[in-house]
Amino acid sequence: MEFDPFLLSRIQFAANISFHILFPTISIGLCWILLFFRTRYTLSGDKEWEFAYYFWVRIFALTFAIGVVTGITMSFQFGTNWPGFMERAGNIAGPLLGYEVLTAFFLEASFLGIMLFGKDRVSNRVHLLATSLVAVGTTFSAFWILSLNSWMQTPTGYTIENGVMMVGSWWEIIFNPSFPYRLAHMVIASLLTSAFVVAGVSAYRISKNVDGPGTWKVLRTGICMAAILAPLQIFVGDLHGLNTLEHQPAKIAAIEAIWETESGAALSLFGLPSEADRTTHFNIELPRMASLILTHDLNGELQGLNEFEGEHPPVSPLYWSFRIMVGIGFMMLFVSWFVAYRLWRGTANTGLVLRVLTLMTYSGWVAVLAGWYVTEIGRQPWIVYGVMKTAEVVAEHSSGMVLSTLIAYLLLYAFLLVFYLLTIRYMASHPSRSKTSLEQRAQDNQSQESQADNAQIEGN
Amino acid sequence: MEQYLPLFFVGVIGFSLLTYIILDGYDLGVGILLSLAQDDEKDQMIASIGPFWDANETWIVFGVGVLLIAFPAAYGLVLTSLYIPATIMLIALVLRGVSFDFRAKARTQYRAMWNHLFAFGSVVAASSQGWMLGAYVMGLESTALRNTFALGIAVTLPALYVMLGCAWLLIKASGSLYAKAITWARWTVLPMGLGIFLISIATPMVSDVIADKWFSLPAAIGLLPIPISTMLAYAVIVWVLWHESLLEQGFAWLIFVGLVVICLMSALGLAYSIYPDIVINKMTIWETAASTASLKFTFYGVALTLPMILIYTVFIYRVFSGKATKLSYE
Repeated sequence: MEFDPFLLSRIQFAANISFHILFPTISIGLCWILLFFRTRYTLSGDKEWEFAYYFWVRIFALTFAIGVVTGITMSFQFGTNWPGFMERAGNIAGPLLGYEVLTAFFLEASFLGIMLFGKDRVSNRVHLLATSLVAVGTTFSAFWILSLNSWMQTPTGYTIENGVMMVGSWWEIIFNPSFPYRLAHMVIASLLTSAFVVAGVSAYRISKNVDGPGTWKVLRTGICMAAILAPLQIFVGDLHGLNTLEHQPAKIAAIEAIWETESGAALSLFGLPSEADRTTHFNIELPRMASLILTHDLNGELQGLNEFEGEHPPVSPLYWSFRIMVGIGFMMLFVSWFVAYRLWRGTANTGLVLRVLTLMTYSGWVAVLAGWYVTEIGRQPWIVYGVMKTAEVVAEHSSGMVLSTLIAYLLLYAFLLVFYLLTIRYMASHPSRSKTSLEQRAQDNQSQESQADNAQIEGN
Repeated sequence: MEQYLPLFFVGVIGFSLLTYIILDGYDLGVGILLSLAQDDEKDQMIASIGPFWDANETWIVFGVGVLLIAFPAAYGLVLTSLYIPATIMLIALVLRGVSFDFRAKARTQYRAMWNHLFAFGSVVAASSQGWMLGAYVMGLESTALRNTFALGIAVTLPALYVMLGCAWLLIKASGSLYAKAITWARWTVLPMGLGIFLISIATPMVSDVIADKWFSLPAAIGLLPIPISTMLAYAVIVWVLWHESLLEQGFAWLIFVGLVVICLMSALGLAYSIYPDIVINKMTIWETAASTASLKFTFYGVALTLPMILIYTVFIYRVFSGKATKLSYE
């Protein structure tokens, strides 16, 4: 059986980027949580916050490292598999990637060393500064890469000369129409994902009775963050959807599986969209709701997929990914408010609460992946929306060659994912190092004192 | 001014890849040597590179990134031609990067596995980089002779990295590891020198274009400082290595500096051999440069941030100067 090398290159890109994004998603958010722990400790001198910092900084180090090394793959694969993209859009995409390296990568990677290992070598203030710089760096990195991605979705500020895209205005390129929405949506997604990781791992530690009551402080931090961010994310997501409707109506039509242009379009809750029959089978729908949500008007008109026949993205992947993302979003809202209420009432220490939070640990990952599939598959068949098609820029490799590298990557990622999850669970079920060493020190002191006491008694 | 922008960016690419070879070179070298050490020595080796390796690897992302920004067509040509070695290198770099972190955090029963993967990833990454360098120098054309040449570099570059790793350990290590680093360096320095010598002789023999550039007067005389400095640096390295009293007086850094000189001279020789092409016989620097507006925009970014990056890199190396101590997050 002969595979299509174009399809294989796409699957390989999807595999690389999907695996990579898992780790920055956690580290962008976790870094700010670490800064919070670190600041709380500096201000209050409360040891529990210091334990929290040193426990989570180890998880951060591991997550960050996987993000860095899988990110190297990103910078090479535009060349190995998509050389046409850089030849035709490099004038714009190149500098944006360059600024990411210059303003973010070096900053994060350099100060990470101090953040992780520098406590005894620098003052508390420098250590706090290093932690802040890493947090700022991760967020800069999100800024540039989301600017580039948004520009590919809603390109502005360019001209075309001899088939090559040239810079018209950097300001219009960087702050293209979908960028503010996408940046806000992704940064909140990162914070929300890491809030649930922090709450979930803490719940697991409490249920296994690994640490003392200090773990509740960490859990509470995660839950408070989630309870504030989950509704905010739904609001921002709605704005992002309206923006998409304005600039990429075909993507919205596929998400909602609306086939014909209509006023007062119904919202499909569940169904099986079929591109062959150009209809949705077994459709359960709410009348007029799609128009209400997307145009904020019961009789608003929505363009249907048939307006874009041959040029719209595949329907089923978008339809389902979107419903998974939204489903998890509402689950996060419900769980965070439920646990926040229990915390407020002082009734959170139950098996139910702890189990639910443990199960939700990586829920953010699923939502983030589903969300990215909506936006990226939703851009197809274009690589730069309306300007350049993905099929035009792929490298001409044999399918055997791409298949071999794809299999190698998939095996590597499966292996790493299993060990990442195992390692987090292993770390979660053991006391943080500082705790053990501190208790050890306290015990040593005590025994020395009691020895001294004994000596005194004997002396008497 | 504007016509010099492409040259400026060729310089930036050269500088960042040279920095990568020196900085990630020493930590890849330490990785390659890991299998030869005892368990407690392994911890010391890892501790010596712990605070630095993330930033070291960023230099290759930067180098390749600038190639992408300034010469998009060359970037596409180089990486599609080197598809398989580039993929092997990437997978190796991923494996060793994660092993570094997993070995300290995962269940102790897996520690041996992560140690092996760290060493294995380091060897494979170093070799595939050597192969890519060789293929690039030969203008990305694959013939039996040229592949043999690339193979030569694929063996020599890891040897250079091992020497850099030893030089790094002589500065950072103590106790039994320090003694071992001397032994390892003495074993590696001769094969490495031989490798560099053979590559230097083979280059003009395999590539007519390069032969013409090297052996025409007066260029040949102008080029003489390159082999002379390389030989001097090599002599210094050998001299210091076999005089333990010098090492004990703290002159181990001379070995590292000698290696940096060798890398720098090789890079200058290479730059001269390729100029004004960016891929020999295929594309010139001027043909493939990105639009002036893009180069200018990036120029400001580089001019502003690169000095800052260099300053805080020096700062980090000063914070963690001296012999390596046990890595602790606390």
